[in-house]
Amino acid sequence: QWTKIKTKFMQHKHTEHLCLLFFVFQEKQYVGFATLPNQVHRKSVKKGFDFTLMVAGESGMGKSTLVNSLFLTDLYKDRKLLNAEERINQTVEIIKHTVDIEEKGVKLKLTIVDTPGFGDAVNNNECWKPITDYIDQQFEQYFRDESGLNRKNIQDNRVHCCLYFIPPFGHGLRPVDVEFMKALHEKVNIIPLIAKADCLTPNEIKKLKDRIREEIDKFGIKVYQFPECDSDEDEEFKQLDKELKECTPFAVIGSNTVVEARGQRVRGRLYPWGIVEVENQSHCDFVKLRNMLIRSHMHDLKDVTCDVHYENYRAQCIQEMTSKLAQDNRMESPIPILPLSTPDVDTEKLIKMKDEELKRMQEMLNKMQQQMHDKEQ
Amino acid sequence: MAATDVDVFSNEEKRNLSLGGHVGFDSLPEQLVSKSVTQGFCFNILCVGETGIGKSTLMNTLFNTMFENEEASHYQNGVYLRPRTYDLQESNVRLKLTIVDTVGFGDQINKEDSYKPIVDYIDTQFENYLQEELKIKRSLFNYHDTRIHICLYFIAPTGHSLKSLDLVTMKKLDSKVNIIPIIAKADTISKSELHKFKIKIMSELVSNGVQIYQFPTDDETVSEINASMNAHLPFAVVGSVEEVKVGNKAVRARQYPWGVVQVENESHCDFVKLREMLIRVNMEDLREQTHARHYELYRRCKLEEMGFKDTDPDSEPFSLQETYEAKRKEFLGDLQRKEEEMRQMFVNKVKETEAELKDKERELHEKFEQLKRMHQEEKKKVEDKRGYLEEEMNAFNKRKAAAETLSLSQPVKKDKDKKKHKVQLDC
Repeated sequence: QWTKIKTKFMQHKHTEHLCLLFFVFQEKQYVGFATLPNQVHRKSVKKGFDFTLMVAGESGMGKSTLVNSLFLTDLYKDRKLLNAEERINQTVEIIKHTVDIEEKGVKLKLTIVDTPGFGDAVNNNECWKPITDYIDQQFEQYFRDESGLNRKNIQDNRVHCCLYFIPPFGHGLRPVDVEFMKALHEKVNIIPLIAKADCLTPNEIKKLKDRIREEIDKFGIKVYQFPECDSDEDEEFKQLDKELKECTPFAVIGSNTVVEARGQRVRGRLYPWGIVEVENQSHCDFVKLRNMLIRSHMHDLKDVTCDVHYENYRAQCIQEMTSKLAQDNRMESPIPILPLSTPDVDTEKLIKMKDEELKRMQEMLNKMQQQMHDKEQ
Repeated sequence: MAATDVDVFSNEEKRNLSLGGHVGFDSLPEQLVSKSVTQGFCFNILCVGETGIGKSTLMNTLFNTMFENEEASHYQNGVYLRPRTYDLQESNVRLKLTIVDTVGFGDQINKEDSYKPIVDYIDTQFENYLQEELKIKRSLFNYHDTRIHICLYFIAPTGHSLKSLDLVTMKKLDSKVNIIPIIAKADTISKSELHKFKIKIMSELVSNGVQIYQFPTDDETVSEINASMNAHLPFAVVGSVEEVKVGNKAVRARQYPWGVVQVENESHCDFVKLREMLIRVNMEDLREQTHARHYELYRRCKLEEMGFKDTDPDSEPFSLQETYEAKRKEFLGDLQRKEEEMRQMFVNKVKETEAELKDKERELHEKFEQLKRMHQEEKKKVEDKRGYLEEEMNAFNKRKAAAETLSLSQPVKKDKDKKKHKVQLDC
């Protein structure tokens, strides 16, 4: 009970001192490992975090503006946009922007991976290939680093999340949207967004969201799923979580400008007929996206990338390697042999021996336990 | 005879005369108008733009009615055009309006051929008109003119510039149809962004040599308004068929949580400008331009293709009739030649086949003869053998008879004799 309250306080960023104060009033015998979350917190602050976010979608969907609005900074100063003529045969590039930002002592190394040219040419056949290649390259590099001898300073450049911008002008997903998401859904967490949502009335937004969710199901696209909340969370939290899930895909609006609305200065867009406030929840889902992406699920996105997408890649890679080797050497190799940074064969043998020993010992242990159990009876 | 009379007239100088009173031919425009009103007008609009960009809604808003429309799907294999004709009436003026939609435009992953169905459609309408014009018995005044008078090109409001597909398509269409580019769903662009966007679009069109329709400034009554409107291109429009209560009126608008975008409010969007220009001021000019410029260009290209020229190598003016006659003769000559060729070929073929058949017949005959001979030979052989066999039978019978008679008359013959007989019989 106590641990849980403590973790909740951690989430709301209360300091260590406040927790200790509460501890003083506790009467029971106290071991002290309840401070573990605390320690994790301290160490992580010291270590700093990193996050790689990819944005993809046609030109003019407001990707850069949204990124600027999310991280309250200007990543795209002096950006050169191509003319229509230049875009007829444009190929997709991958451009990385890395910034170090800090907030309340917590450092974040944020990398934004841009994909200019996606969907802009007249012939967009396989225009997502450079993007899938890039993601695979990052996986491969991590795989190599992980299998290497010196693993002290591995750089994690894997893409943790991909925001895909769907145009609000259509009736739902277009073929290029479907193909892109299907090519990437098993490599990266995809979060589809409805871009420039200020061109849709609330009814239209609802209709479009329903249609997109339906089509995502129909085409078997696996977008990022929010993890189920714990069964012992309070009702309010569960309700919010449910609302969040039913709100996808988020309909977002971004802005680089600050306007005056209702007596305050807010990020927004000024129109002759009114002011759209980016952070007003009745105007768009920007706040939901920001909370989800940054404030609550950033780490989960990283975890899913590491535990699911990367592991899938790794398993596939190894399978391919072993099958290839089996073809080459015509012999069974139960141990995955890494072509590049290989630990020497001796160590491998040793490991195998030790494994077998372990197995034998385990069996002996089981037998002994069984004997004891019988004796007891 | 008639030619010389005409010459005399054209040599005279034209003189301006002043009238002594009111003659009344100033009613000619009215007569023209009343004739055209009774005839009814015809107007054809082509809407080009990606699925969902608001083409149908804008048409409904412009003509203040609900044309039947199903929502198009994004998954068409290619682009195809869907023309729909409606009969509208306002006051006593009847309008036959045809709206052509481009279904599936911009949805494919490979859009290299997207412009082709559109160009083909426009050309087909020109072709139909040309065919009618070239007929001997024609009824142009009754003809339902399906040539596209205006192409509204819907640009997506990205705020940056034209899309590559837009540029490529407009370049293919600008010599065939009047194009008015419009920015669709303009309620997603703020005023400052809109200004930049319009400038960017126009500069891209100019730098790529795309000819869009310019509102005519030669007629003083409308030149001023047209000139000012030319500066507002492309029009940023918002369409809506739903009504929202603003003040104490119900106006066509879009209701957002942050405000209401009124379609007919000029500070909100350029819809009113578009309507003014398209329908109220320049509709007739659009029809004229289509006929006088685009259709004539098509006709000239088509006829040149067929080999017609306006002047022959000596720069003497050809008359169309002569050229036509010449062409016709040529064509008929060609036809005859071809016929001859075919006939020759046919005759040759027949001869060949005949010869073949004859050969075959001969062969068969030979074979038959051979077989007959063989048959006869065999028969003879068999007969011979038979004769021989009969002889043998007779001889055997004779000997048998002889032996019997012998054994009968001398029953105690010794073996030796029997042997002797046997030997004799065996011989």
